[in-house]
Amino acid sequence: MGKLSVDLCGIRLDNPVIPASGTFGFGYEFAELYDINCLGTFSFKGTTLEERYGNPLPRIAETSSGMLNAVGLQNPGVDKVIAEELPKLFQVFHKPVMANVSGFSIDGYVEVVRRLEAVKQIGWLEINISCPNVHGGGMSFGTDPKAAASVVEAVRKVTAKPLIIKLSPNVTDIVSIAKACEDKGADGISLINTLLGMRIDLKTKKPILANTTGGLSGPAIFPVALRMVYQVARAVKIPVIGMGGVSTAEDVIEMMMAGASAVEVGAANLVDPLACPKIIEDLPRVMERYRIDRLEDIIGAVE
Amino acid sequence: MKDERLKVLSNRPLTSGDSPVWEMVLSGVTEPMRPGQFVQIALPGRFLRRPISVCDLQEDPQSPGTFRLTIVYKIVGKGTADLTGYQPDDELSVLTGLGNGYDLSDSGDDPLLLGGGVGTPPMYFLAKELIKEGKNVRVILGFNRMDEVFYEKEFRHLGAEVTVTTVDGSYGEKGFVTDALPGGISSYYACGPEPMLKAVHKKIAAPGQLSFESRMGCGFGACMGCTMKTAGGYKRICKEGPVLRKEEILWEN
Ligand SMILES: Cc1cc2nc3c(=O)[nH]c(=O)nc-3n(C[C@H](O)[C@H](O)[C@H](O)COP(=O)(O)OP(=O)(O)OC[C@H]3O[C@@H](n4cnc5c(N)ncnc54)[C@H](O)[C@@H]3O)c2cc1C
Ligand SMILES: Cc1cc2nc3c(=O)[nH]c(=O)nc-3n(C[C@H](O)[C@H](O)[C@H](O)COP(=O)(O)O)c2cc1C
Ligand code: FES
Repeated sequence: MGKLSVDLCGIRLDNPVIPASGTFGFGYEFAELYDINCLGTFSFKGTTLEERYGNPLPRIAETSSGMLNAVGLQNPGVDKVIAEELPKLFQVFHKPVMANVSGFSIDGYVEVVRRLEAVKQIGWLEINISCPNVHGGGMSFGTDPKAAASVVEAVRKVTAKPLIIKLSPNVTDIVSIAKACEDKGADGISLINTLLGMRIDLKTKKPILANTTGGLSGPAIFPVALRMVYQVARAVKIPVIGMGGVSTAEDVIEMMMAGASAVEVGAANLVDPLACPKIIEDLPRVMERYRIDRLEDIIGAVE
Repeated sequence: MKDERLKVLSNRPLTSGDSPVWEMVLSGVTEPMRPGQFVQIALPGRFLRRPISVCDLQEDPQSPGTFRLTIVYKIVGKGTADLTGYQPDDELSVLTGLGNGYDLSDSGDDPLLLGGGVGTPPMYFLAKELIKEGKNVRVILGFNRMDEVFYEKEFRHLGAEVTVTTVDGSYGEKGFVTDALPGGISSYYACGPEPMLKAVHKKIAAPGQLSFESRMGCGFGACMGCTMKTAGGYKRICKEGPVLRKEEILWEN
């Protein structure tokens, strides 16, 4: 077992570095550039029951040390993902992959999970509960412990795979939501999704994003993410995947010290498509500098 | 796609005024690119890369795989202003080989190339390649005013027949590119602001290919930040674009 290796809900990863959903497509664009089997795993594009176009353009705005996106979960729908995207993904990636699931109703989540359950190469299900609940008045499932718990309870019944719940940071008490998910049988928690933000074009006086608001990601959000990972990791017994602004090996180690068992890397992949292999290559050198023998030893090591 | 550090050979203004246009020549390892493709340039301190079209590309006969890349950019914001500070021998990190590029195979013998403002640069590379294939290339370059005009001479040197239009009539023919359309064209290729593309799309009956812009997260198909609805389904401007065939365009995005 290598010194970078970590356990994620009973599955061994060669290293804790995981490209985050929505920033890595289904993997094959990156496979043109490097052998993506060097990754711990990756979380593929958020998948919904029906095909979605997403939001109108522009969907992207730059910020200081980060970006806003309002892609709006564009994806071909779960059936096409299984029939068209995953076979291509499995040609270039041979490890268990993480499926990222989104929905706008409990039934929507359940149906997507049910269909993905049959796909052997899917190692984990990462359930994104940041989407608005169309049957519950449009509030995001992830902003209310009860709504979050109801999603976990429902999908738990239809999957035996490790179930990771991905939390939204746009809440006042993230710990209560994480605990509600743990109580209903989640095997892990991943956080954070993007922070709600906005930019205005001074010339036109209009929001830059056609959707008006979007999700902030990139190095700008790292300290917020780290704080939330720290709070949640101390409050739950299940593993936590940390993400938000990670772009260096040092960031990975900091996230793990705060309590993360593995780390996802999002926006960094978009501006440097080699970000993840560079982080993995750098990790042993940075570990040596801080006298870390095995990465697993530092999970939650913050004093 | 390749991610390499390219060395600046030269960087100079082509026009003056409020939003001047500059030309930068870079050298190093790139993908062998086609006209209509683009690159993504990383700038220190700016989070996202800047997409810029290939204006010219020449392989170094001494070292295959090494190219001399010309870009022409207009200063519209912080990133393009940063670019003007680069000196010969400075280096930039550049992703190359992005987008689909123009299809030259069905241009016919008399293609018409239309460039508006900084939509002109990709037309230079395209004109060069079409002329190499022996086509009778006509080019219309549209600008607002005389002091914005660039590359007219460069296009003539390639052997293209060039018409320049200015909106205020201070140089060349007065009006828009669509006011100077010649007859007898076999196909057209266009790049420029969206109102120009719309007008061109409406006015010219011949087969056409038009190049689009979008704000981009990645530029290589990973983020879905740039997807347009087309008659042929959803297309990422950075991957299945930026060039679309005229029959694909819906104008509803
Ligand atoms: C495929 C493609 C090819 C292009 N080719 C050229 C070219 O050859 N020459 C040229 O001068 N310009 C070109 N552009 C436009 C160029 O990308 C923008 O002018 C540039 O990104 C502006 O950056 P800025 O930092 O100066 O502006 P700012 O407004 O400060 O930029 C803020 C953010 O918005 C983005 N942005 C702003 N305007 C545009 C735009 N029009 N299109 C896409 N993103 C934008 C920037 O990339 C950046 O992320 C092209 C755009 C695309 C999509
Ligand atoms: C363009 C883009 C698309 C995203 N799409 C998804 C998605 O489909 N599902 C999801 O759970 N998170 C999505 N995210 C959120 C990221 O997975 C991640 O949680 C967030 O960006 C914070 O990490 P970062 O700062 O490293 O990017 C997306 C982020 C970006 C930038
Ligand atoms: S800019 Fe990311 S998919 Fe086109």
